[in-house]
Amino acid sequence: MSARQTIRRAAAAMRDGSLTSVELTRAALKAASMTESQVHAYLTLDTEGALQAAEMADSELGAGDDRGPLHGIPIALKDNMVTKGIETTCSSRILSGYVPPYSATVVERLEEGGAVITGKTNLDEFAMGSSTEHSAFGPTRNPWDTDRVPGGSSGGSAVTVAVGSALGALGSDTGGSVRQPASLTGVVGMKPTYGLVSRYGLIPFASSLDQIGPFTRTVADAVDVLSVIAGHDPHDATSIPGSVPNLDAGLGRGLDGVKVGVVSEMQRDETEPAVRGAVANIIEQMEANGAKVQEVSLPSFEYALSAYYLIAPAEASANLARFDGVRYGNRVDGANVADMMSKTRADGFGAEVIRRILLGTYALSAGHFDAFYGQALKVRSLVRRDLDAAYEDVDVLVGPTSPTTAFELGAKTADPLTMYLTDVFTIPANLSGHPAISVPVGLDEAGLPIGFQVMAPALGEPTLFQVAEAVESIAAFDQEPELAGSLA
Amino acid sequence: MTTTWEPVIGLETHVELETESKMFCGCPVDFNAEPNTVTCPVCLGLPGALPVPNRRAIDMIMKIGLALNCSISEHTIFHRKNYFYADLPKNYQISQFDLPVCEEGFLDIEGEAGGRVGIERVHQEEDTGKSNHMGGDGRITSAEYSLLDFNRSGVPLVEIVTKPEIRSATQARAYGLELRAVIVSLGVSDAKLEEGSIRFDANISVRPKGATTLGTKVEIKNMNSYRSMERAIAHEVIRQAQVLDDGGRIVQETRHWDEDAGVTRSGRVKEGFSDYRFFSEPDMVPMVIDQEWQDRIAGELPELPSDRRKRYQGMGLGEYQAALVAGSEPELVQMFEGAVDAGGSPPSVANWLTGEVVAALRRSDHSLAASALTISHLVELVGLVESSTISTSAAKAVLAGVLDGEGSPGEVAEARDLLQVSDAGALEAAVGQVISENPEEFERLSGGEQKLIGFFVGQVMKLTGGKADPKVVSGLLRARLSD
Amino acid sequence: MPIDIDIAHVARLARIELSDAELAEHGRHCADILEHAAKVQALDTEGIQPTSHPLPLVNAFRDDVVTPGRVLARDVVLDQAPAVEDVYFRVPPALEDE
Ligand SMILES: [Mg+2]
Ligand SMILES: [Zn+2]
Repeated sequence: MSARQTIRRAAAAMRDGSLTSVELTRAALKAASMTESQVHAYLTLDTEGALQAAEMADSELGAGDDRGPLHGIPIALKDNMVTKGIETTCSSRILSGYVPPYSATVVERLEEGGAVITGKTNLDEFAMGSSTEHSAFGPTRNPWDTDRVPGGSSGGSAVTVAVGSALGALGSDTGGSVRQPASLTGVVGMKPTYGLVSRYGLIPFASSLDQIGPFTRTVADAVDVLSVIAGHDPHDATSIPGSVPNLDAGLGRGLDGVKVGVVSEMQRDETEPAVRGAVANIIEQMEANGAKVQEVSLPSFEYALSAYYLIAPAEASANLARFDGVRYGNRVDGANVADMMSKTRADGFGAEVIRRILLGTYALSAGHFDAFYGQALKVRSLVRRDLDAAYEDVDVLVGPTSPTTAFELGAKTADPLTMYLTDVFTIPANLSGHPAISVPVGLDEAGLPIGFQVMAPALGEPTLFQVAEAVESIAAFDQEPELAGSLA
Repeated sequence: MTTTWEPVIGLETHVELETESKMFCGCPVDFNAEPNTVTCPVCLGLPGALPVPNRRAIDMIMKIGLALNCSISEHTIFHRKNYFYADLPKNYQISQFDLPVCEEGFLDIEGEAGGRVGIERVHQEEDTGKSNHMGGDGRITSAEYSLLDFNRSGVPLVEIVTKPEIRSATQARAYGLELRAVIVSLGVSDAKLEEGSIRFDANISVRPKGATTLGTKVEIKNMNSYRSMERAIAHEVIRQAQVLDDGGRIVQETRHWDEDAGVTRSGRVKEGFSDYRFFSEPDMVPMVIDQEWQDRIAGELPELPSDRRKRYQGMGLGEYQAALVAGSEPELVQMFEGAVDAGGSPPSVANWLTGEVVAALRRSDHSLAASALTISHLVELVGLVESSTISTSAAKAVLAGVLDGEGSPGEVAEARDLLQVSDAGALEAAVGQVISENPEEFERLSGGEQKLIGFFVGQVMKLTGGKADPKVVSGLLRARLSD
Repeated sequence: MPIDIDIAHVARLARIELSDAELAEHGRHCADILEHAAKVQALDTEGIQPTSHPLPLVNAFRDDVVTPGRVLARDVVLDQAPAVEDVYFRVPPALEDE
């Protein structure tokens, strides 16, 4: 185990009196001041609000009013979750200056849990991208090598945890947008079962795929963050009713007897050798630690990426229609309403967002619906059927999170299709709605982090965390980027 | 040889439901609120907000569907209908596409232009905000800008679509009135055309008589009364026939009814067809309406207007009067039923209610519910007339007094000295006085000019301030003549 | 199979005003992506029901209850608008063909 500061350690230290939330928060803010000019993880850093919240947390904890595992813990939010009174932009010019009049359910739950919200983090505009380069406010850089991308779209949130300018962060994962940047920045990133965490107040990219999930330094910390934000929300009709599974039920139980499926289709030739080697090594050690490993074939995986790049843009084309310059956001004037809207949207959206809106509009339009969108929904059924069949035989599925480690800025921006291919391993869990997690397991020869992905069936979080924690302890990954500030 | 054109008409009706809260959020449904004061993140389409459907709206649409003899779909979902419009906050409307709550029903229309009108579907959706077009002559075509109020955004809306089976403008109007009566009887909407809580659009095409294919259809909007609906449709049918007779072609478009000019005018020319890019609403989960739910709603259905009309006719009301009462506001129907239960004669109660009471309320601009008139007042009033205790004309004055809160009909008649005088002795003097004041006329009457009886009765009524019983007066006159 | 897209029509449907050069570039990229995505058409999906939602949930409703606490004050609502007049949002005139 690393000696780095974690949510669990800090929480214990605050309760035994050896640490205050103000000290912890100041350390995070200091890390931000030391790293931001190089990584640009934050769009809005709420220094004042964070310190006030920290003071409040200290006095509450001092008075014995314990609000749980995140009380006094600095947490950063991806800037696609609305925060009452704090600018929320989705990294888009169209929303630059927008101050929401309400907060997302996850934000309310963090506040009720006494968390210290440090600020809003950078993302690919409207969460559309895999590198955090498609931000209207400039890219976020990878702290392991600032010439490289941190992954995306939740790159800002991933980097805050990697450099210690927050102890945990929330991202949103539509096609891998939490897991892939976690993999590229050497932190834990988790996508819960669809519907476990409320989407109310998450500015949607693709409604049937989006799910908010935590970035943390350890698997146990991810359990803590998820336990605060998970649970039924009457304001989200897609939220799962009933109680949340006991998330930490599997922690500490190891791998004995756990049935692990290695997905054949995720052992692709295009995957970088270092990534394949690291993943194979972990699987070997899992077996040595009592796991029953078998190869599993999921033929429909080959088609998942194609289905995703029809379904997600289709939903996005409608979700982003509301940005029209009428009620909020920025406007470019026009001679009539249609003209005003068309100019506003052309000016307000970046090229990648426009591309996806056009793709989605086309896929849904008359004459093309059945061949594209309709067929994609059927392929989605097949992906699900393959996964359901696999989970009859195994408890979890494993493989790499991303086929590559962090790539250089600009390497994939010219060709959208190559960028899209980076999500090939993460997308199936979004199509099926299943939970999945990326755990850092090592560095490649260039010193860049490698992520290992574990997937589980719907509401299989307890097993997912059990296996992820075992992987974490096998890998014993405890390195930090040189840039990282030291948290108190 | 000229072609005989046959109109093919379908109606789309939007009805605003009278729920407490909006379709997908907890904002109140309040049409009297100040502009932009009843909105929230959901109905204003703010980034991140999500819709959650109102269960009671689904109950209500099921009521409508069942009343229109539709089948209720066990599996139904919402769709997004995509189009950009400034008063549509999300730039998509949450509506239903191929899986509406209700399908395949009919509504039977009575009367000359009657018949069965097939209902294709009844689906649930949400209303838009309101645009006020400013500048120019106030019409959308010449406006300089628009001002938007989103209070109405998200109000539950039910759309009822007929099959293209309506064969005349008169039948369209009869359908509209009957549909409205059904909606009102269900208690799901006040369905006021003038206030927009019920709105009709017509799809019209014509084809050579006997043809089985459909012609190009034109959509007619802005029909703000049942009368203008009939006029607009009739006009459009003739217009289309003329265009075709002249060798022209019908353009698929939306036309607006201009009430003053009595014509339909071209509105928006559609580029062939609209591409709404319907797809299933991913922010909501499917609805499953099981038999138990359907049975519960079926059990809550009130008597429908057609059944009610038949029952009223059984009580002795004429066809027209039965329809008039059955199609009235719920308070009036309730008062009618109550008064009949309390022993009032059904035809008399109906006459008074639909005649004098409605007229008096209209004059005073009061609603029946807010007026001082009670069921027992009405029964008493009708009884006083029938027992000749007051005259019909006096009864009108009594009603006015009751509505003004002066008390019961008996009390008002007493206080205003309107009790009818039918005692022959008391009237004898008045008759004598009138005869002596009009000797010439009496001479002619005596000479056999019988129609002058009416003149003398009238004079006596005048003299007695309307209190004399006319039957007794004419008896007295005849007695004098035969002397 | 090359995909033929009327990209100008699609952009009009999406209410995005693009220059000819932008249209050409987006058209090219979209065609590339759709060609790749057309892979879905190769799969035999005979008899397969579409999945539009990842979970088998049904009947998520709310009661017909007003929640005054969520209603926004008018000044808050209008405060974020690009243009207001009096108590309304203001927009340019609507065209007839909308
Ligand atoms: Mg409609
Ligand atoms: Zn609302």
